[in-house]
Amino acid sequence: MEYGSLAFQALAATIKIVFMILGFLMPLASILTWMERRESAMMQDRLGPNRANIGPFKLWGITHFMADAVKFLFKEDFVPPKAHKFLFMWAPIMAMAPALIVAAIIPFGPPLCWNELLEKNPVCGQPINLQIAQLDVGLLFYFAISSLAVYGATLAGWASHNKWAMMGGLRATSQMMSYEVTMGMAVLGSFLVYGTLEPGAIVAQQTHIFSLGHYHSSWGIFLQPAGFVLFLTAAIAETKRTPFDIPEGEPEIIGYFVEYSGLRFGMFFLGEFLEIVVSSAIMITLFFGGYHWGNTIDNALLSHLPNFVFVLAMFGLWTVKVFAFCGFQLMIRWSLPRFRSDQLMRLGWQRLLPISIANVVATALVVLWAQQ
Amino acid sequence: MAVGVKVVNRPGSLAQQAYLPAIAEGLGVTFRHFVKNFFGNVTGNRKKTDIATMEYPEEKMKYPERNRGLHRLMLRDDGQVRCVACMMCPTVCPAHCITIVPEEAPDGRIEKRPMIFEIDELRCVVCGLCVEACPCDAIRMDTLDHAKPTYRRVDAILDKEELMSRGIQSTAVQGGVGAFWRERVGGQPQTPPAGAVVPAGAPHGPTPLRDHGHK
Repeated sequence: MEYGSLAFQALAATIKIVFMILGFLMPLASILTWMERRESAMMQDRLGPNRANIGPFKLWGITHFMADAVKFLFKEDFVPPKAHKFLFMWAPIMAMAPALIVAAIIPFGPPLCWNELLEKNPVCGQPINLQIAQLDVGLLFYFAISSLAVYGATLAGWASHNKWAMMGGLRATSQMMSYEVTMGMAVLGSFLVYGTLEPGAIVAQQTHIFSLGHYHSSWGIFLQPAGFVLFLTAAIAETKRTPFDIPEGEPEIIGYFVEYSGLRFGMFFLGEFLEIVVSSAIMITLFFGGYHWGNTIDNALLSHLPNFVFVLAMFGLWTVKVFAFCGFQLMIRWSLPRFRSDQLMRLGWQRLLPISIANVVATALVVLWAQQ
Repeated sequence: MAVGVKVVNRPGSLAQQAYLPAIAEGLGVTFRHFVKNFFGNVTGNRKKTDIATMEYPEEKMKYPERNRGLHRLMLRDDGQVRCVACMMCPTVCPAHCITIVPEEAPDGRIEKRPMIFEIDELRCVVCGLCVEACPCDAIRMDTLDHAKPTYRRVDAILDKEELMSRGIQSTAVQGGVGAFWRERVGGQPQTPPAGAVVPAGAPHGPTPLRDHGHK
């Protein structure tokens, strides 16, 4: 098959999609369901679930997520009699699909050099970008699709014919709308610094961890510290988890999925963890150099390993980064108490939004000054 | 506003309003616990962790020494049951869970001994009155164990052999001070009749199941 032909591109894209979903997103999200329970247990001086096993293999209880899936499969799939059947069925898909679609723009490794797979220090005349969709609108696509996730929550709340679910859906809507604005403003800062919205290009620039001589190629966290805190806050709010779990609100309303059971609930559940993985990956892309681990390590690996091994190693290191960041998000979820609904709105509109606008203005001025 | 609400304005410092220092501190606390417990658990050194979880079937909590648990019947120096079938414990038992059928002991020094001694552990309320009532330290509840779950109700009725299997020689002096006193005033200590076989464990066959209905 000839490099660059339509068939080649289609095959490469298919392989990348299948690999990304089955090889990365789903396994990581499934393991996170177990990891959240174990990590919170360790933080609270407990042991957590460690019993599930396959024969003699316990694996510290990692197989709990399989047991969960089997349980979900065998539970009754209950649909409330007065529910809107079609929307009730559609809502979990709407909640889960955006997270999967958004993953298309995440670069998960350096370009694979097609005709130099075994070369060290390849010229890379025929690169295959390890990124499913190389969109110039990149981050705008992220916002467009991830804000669709609000439909999942809203539809679930509406279709359940349940007042609590309705309340949860409304709360989810207001919360996700509010924090979307801050998120966009936070990314605007990164856009000003790197001059592009394409995630692959943003990552390609972050070759140094931090160096004054190459300040424009440092990691985003050092160029946009305020932007990172804002984006992190907004991203956690988007995933609807503590401290921003107003839509679920276990103590007062159960939330928009109160009527869901079995696999449909499992989709909401998994969708939440997919959102964690994807938002972690986006934050790694924007603020922690994507697959880069600093100039020294990158170049050492590039010059000592055959190209395809190098790419695999970088993918592994990127996975480590994403995994650690997921762990960090879980830690935040189990450390902080939740906001009240009005506190949430005040934080979003009166604190984060002005700060994010100020961040954009300040970044613009600094960039202008640096260019002259 | 219908209800009079007095709004007290208590502005915090900038650091408090920014949340971030407090968040960092809180994350520090949880992260410290996580690291300590995680690495202690991975290296298998549970002693170094703060984990309070007991993995029940494998590790069990040790009961305190004064715990009242499963009954046992104590033994004499020669392995016979210490119980003299005085009927104190079934009398005092508020749950009527003790059944004693006395018989004459072949040992000449002892008048009575229990032919049947059964405790229905399902009916027992673990009050410990039988232990209080026993005049010769024959029944105790200090096994630091609890009644085992059974599949059938009858299996929870423990017979004499079962109760004696957990027994040990009691350190209490059998017969009180009377024996000493008799020896000191020159009385003849009674000897067992020649040829009398003193059984160590079971003086009779398996205990027949009896009706334990209300009397």
